[in-house]
Amino acid sequence: MNRRPVNDRARTRTRTRRRWRERGLAFTLLLPSLLVFGVFVFYPFARTFWLGFFETDPFGGRRTFVGLDQYTDTLTSSSFRNSLWVTLKFTLLTVPTGLALGLGLAILAHQKLRGMGFYRTVFSSTVATSVAVASLMFISLLSPSVGLINQAIRWFGGEPIFFLQSPGWALVAISAVTVWQNLGIIFIVTSAGLQSLPDDLYESARLDGASAWSRFVDITVPLLSPTLLFGFVVLTITSFQTFGQVDLLTNGGPLEATNLIVFSIFETAFRDFNPGSAAAQAVVLFFIVLVLTAVQFKILERRVFYGR
Amino acid sequence: MAVETIPASAPRAVPPTVSPERRRRRRRVRSFLNYVALTIAAVVVLTPIYVTIAFSLQTGPQALQFPGSMWPGELDLSVFRRVFEVSGIGRYLFNSALVAALITVGQVLTSITAAYVFAELEFKGRNLLFVAFLATLMVPAEVTIVANYDTIVSFGWLDSYQGLVVPFLATAFGTFLIRQAFMGIPRDLRDAAKLDGYGHMGFLWSVAVPLARPAIAALSVFSFLLAWNQYLWPLLITNDDDFRTVQIGLRTLASSNITEFNLVFAGTVVASIPIFVLLIVFQKQLVRGLTSGAVKG
Repeated sequence: MNRRPVNDRARTRTRTRRRWRERGLAFTLLLPSLLVFGVFVFYPFARTFWLGFFETDPFGGRRTFVGLDQYTDTLTSSSFRNSLWVTLKFTLLTVPTGLALGLGLAILAHQKLRGMGFYRTVFSSTVATSVAVASLMFISLLSPSVGLINQAIRWFGGEPIFFLQSPGWALVAISAVTVWQNLGIIFIVTSAGLQSLPDDLYESARLDGASAWSRFVDITVPLLSPTLLFGFVVLTITSFQTFGQVDLLTNGGPLEATNLIVFSIFETAFRDFNPGSAAAQAVVLFFIVLVLTAVQFKILERRVFYGR
Repeated sequence: MAVETIPASAPRAVPPTVSPERRRRRRRVRSFLNYVALTIAAVVVLTPIYVTIAFSLQTGPQALQFPGSMWPGELDLSVFRRVFEVSGIGRYLFNSALVAALITVGQVLTSITAAYVFAELEFKGRNLLFVAFLATLMVPAEVTIVANYDTIVSFGWLDSYQGLVVPFLATAFGTFLIRQAFMGIPRDLRDAAKLDGYGHMGFLWSVAVPLARPAIAALSVFSFLLAWNQYLWPLLITNDDDFRTVQIGLRTLASSNITEFNLVFAGTVVASIPIFVLLIVFQKQLVRGLTSGAVKG
């Protein structure tokens, strides 16, 4: 009569034991990732906020607690405001241009023609270039002496333009490098988006006599809008993380005209030896990226919801 | 008044006057124009690459004679030998390859194990850990460089491979990518493996991993590309030429050989060859890796 409860208890015991074993296995398998994230993401993240509360004496290197003062000082400093403004301009120069050009290439390559594989490889090719490679390659175009553009200008009898040294041109030049370097990935992503659009829709639009332009505006753009929106947000985030182009080509100059926010953090921390102020700037950067990432997740969520 | 009312779209849809021959010719003209547009676009995209290669093959004065400078005169490849002699680019390439390979292997392993947990195991606290992984995507590496630099200094890892590799041994993106693949494995297969006596580890390595091979390949190529192209972090934590990666090596090359442009451009060409080869060989995997975030969601 009382065999069943015992059996039950034994069964629950094995079940709990199995559950504990599963949990042990789960933590073991997660441990490497958690360790890396703990030491190199979460801890430094918290410490960055903390560092922002301390002011560093530029001579003795002594740190004194100043509370929120440094955050307000940093946010109101003209140099940091300039960095935010320059970064915003950089975003406006690179993101819409890059998306438009990448989409243009994708549409151009979205046809059944012989040899298209070759063109697709060419259009994706800049995905293989690193910041350093892309920047140095652009020196071959932009340099005042050897740069191809200036050689051409001189050949036509004009005065060479100092793209990287003039305050009016430097940010445009940095943006050009960036747009070119991003072209490959934008092409790949928008191409994949185009290929996922239903062909029959275009077929019936063509039968209805819709022109190429109206097919583009009335079918392609609306159906591709989630991909474009996603690309827009991701590119905006990357533009706020830009560093290499500036370090290699302009050093933030001239007159801070290309002092993008990450470059400003880098300079403040490692050339002016002021980690506190750099940390405060990094916190501001974090919040900007946080808002953008939240938007990105919202888009993904909606896509997952409607998709399929 | 109106005698003939023809729907506006009808004549365009079935044009009675256009003979098949003419239509064929029109199509041929269209595809010719397409090729022209494609070729112009390709030339524009390739210009920086082409000019860099052309300039790397030229010596000083020759490079300044436009438009002759646009094509190299004689093919003198000795500059590529010289760039290896003058700079430590051989060592830089080795460092980059080693660091990128270690990061790739590490990321693939940690992503596989973590992905398995989130796809197959049920336990209390799983959601919290999942959110923790998700949260790492919201903290860009640029935000934490100041604090991470301090950590590396306190570990004594400046100018070391550990410093270049260890901070990147885990990736939430990779974990989610592989988890997606694991979740596509049919339930029946899991149950069948269980009946055959497979435990979790057995199932993971002999069933799940082989089935997730496309996703793993995509992650490998993607990780390698990102690791090879890293810039800010290696710049920050290496001063010693022995540990510099090729990206930072290029920076050194460019700043110390301002007068010898062809040498700098030769270095640029050499540094980009491995990744171009990677792109051509693994284009499919790379595209998969790059689009899995954007298109699939």
